[in-house]
Amino acid sequence: MKTTSKLYRTEQRYAYLFIAAPVIGFLIFAMVPLIYSIYGAFTNWDGLGSMDFIGLENFINVFQDEYFYKSMFNTIYMMLGIPIGIVLALLLALALNRGIPGTNTFRVLYYIPVISSIAAISILWQWAYNGDYGLVNQFLALFGIEGPNWLQNTSTVKPALIIMAVWKGLGYTMLLYLAALQSVPKSFYEAAKLDGANAFKSFWHITLPMVKPVTFFIIVTNIIGGAQIFTEINVMTPTGGPEYSSASVVFYIWQKAFGNFQLGYASAMALVLGLFIFIITLIQFKINEKNSFELD
Amino acid sequence: MEVAVANKKSVKAEPMSEKKKNRITDAVVFIFLSFGAIFMVAPLLWMFSTSIKTREDVFALPPVWIPETISFAKYSEIWSMGPLLSGISNSLIVAVSVTVIGTFTSSLAAFAFSKLHFNGKNKIFMMLFASVMIPYPVLMIPQFIMFSSIGWVDTLLPLIVPGFFGNIFMIFFLRQFLTSIPNSIIEAAKIDGCSYFQIFYKIIFPLIKPAVAAQLILWFMGIWNDYLGPILYLNSPEKQTLQLVIANFNASYAIQSDYPLIMAASVVALLPMLIVFIVFQKQIIESIAISGVKG
Repeated sequence: MKTTSKLYRTEQRYAYLFIAAPVIGFLIFAMVPLIYSIYGAFTNWDGLGSMDFIGLENFINVFQDEYFYKSMFNTIYMMLGIPIGIVLALLLALALNRGIPGTNTFRVLYYIPVISSIAAISILWQWAYNGDYGLVNQFLALFGIEGPNWLQNTSTVKPALIIMAVWKGLGYTMLLYLAALQSVPKSFYEAAKLDGANAFKSFWHITLPMVKPVTFFIIVTNIIGGAQIFTEINVMTPTGGPEYSSASVVFYIWQKAFGNFQLGYASAMALVLGLFIFIITLIQFKINEKNSFELD
Repeated sequence: MEVAVANKKSVKAEPMSEKKKNRITDAVVFIFLSFGAIFMVAPLLWMFSTSIKTREDVFALPPVWIPETISFAKYSEIWSMGPLLSGISNSLIVAVSVTVIGTFTSSLAAFAFSKLHFNGKNKIFMMLFASVMIPYPVLMIPQFIMFSSIGWVDTLLPLIVPGFFGNIFMIFFLRQFLTSIPNSIIEAAKIDGCSYFQIFYKIIFPLIKPAVAAQLILWFMGIWNDYLGPILYLNSPEKQTLQLVIANFNASYAIQSDYPLIMAASVVALLPMLIVFIVFQKQIIESIAISGVKG
């Protein structure tokens, strides 16, 4: 008994040693900044000297700041790309799941935008959206459509960013769906067929419920990522677009913090964004829980 | 005789028609996928095509995909037009040091979390994993102030040092992977007198190597392509990572509409990861697929 506990203690000592790095990293680079950030949000922190407690003032100002609302609206607007991407990716995955020749090549081709650097992709699309010589308008011209100057126009700059985001993320979502589709037992479809179900019915009653966990994963990760969109905006519309119509929340936080040194104010906005992400995720989990089912 | 043949045909008719129908659907699907693939790849080909054009060809209407005079001049020009070379070496320094050391600390921790017994194991793991929920914008301001107070702004250190402490996604993924390895191997090694570090080094690590490699590649790509971290910390041109360097190319040379130059620099920034992807596509695609199914 005594030896067991001694062995256990040795094992425990080594275990703590092995997990020490991530635990220390978590404390220094996540816990301390988080507490610092929460405290800073209640002060007039400017990074130079003053960090006086000012109560809820920053938060009150955030909710009266038209630029905050505008950047929040832009961020949510650009999330329209998420359902579009999901539908397209599922269609592609269904197409690839038929096992036609060239499946692997297609998979690789669709995945290339995913691994490409977002900065390079943003530069490329900025050029592609050029009103006179860009690839997009020249393609539209083939159909006799005269395209706008995409990034200089308040009504087209967000759709332009959405199209690019769908293009970039499609391969990743498709791959997740393909993996999910391949794990659906073939017997389910055979049984449905014997029961007289047509293709649409077996898609609706078998495929969709079976890929639901992946859909859930995709929605949650896409919303978390979409709420933090920054690089595309920074590279393609360095001033936040015409009339600030492409600025995202993170872009606005970044400008306030590192352009104007309103660190307290920026921290308050970041916390509001963090809370927004948290609540949306929580709602997602609740909906998912309610509609989930068990396989026997 | 003829009747018999006709009968035979009509007997086979039903399954044949379904096969045929399937084949037609397959063909339609193939065409649909090919069009899709063109849309996915065309912008990237356009990027390359622009980079080998002369300035006049860039503004040719209608556009040309293969210019009459193919010129690779921009690919030699870019190196003197901006700190591209130092950008590459800075990106490499960050990505290599973080992934090598971070992978070691992550896999060691994953080993402890899945195979060793200690108090509070699950609680500590859940605590670490909860940090995924904290969005980076919440942490970036205090982190910046922390690093600036010790004089690390405009150095690569703020991008490197946090990575040394491991990556929770990698720990999570390797921990999952390790559950498939029987505990009896570890018990046997203990009886043979292996120390815990030896167990990790001689038994566990070789077994999880393929999973570690896939995760390392994904992490490497993430760091190579990172933009927000570098733009916060790096100001001097010669300190910047490759992604910032090409963004600055874009900002400076777009006014002169030197698109071939900008695109050549972007191709250079994109190419290394493209090659890594093509070489390791099987491992990368597999580990992405697994992460989705298990996540």
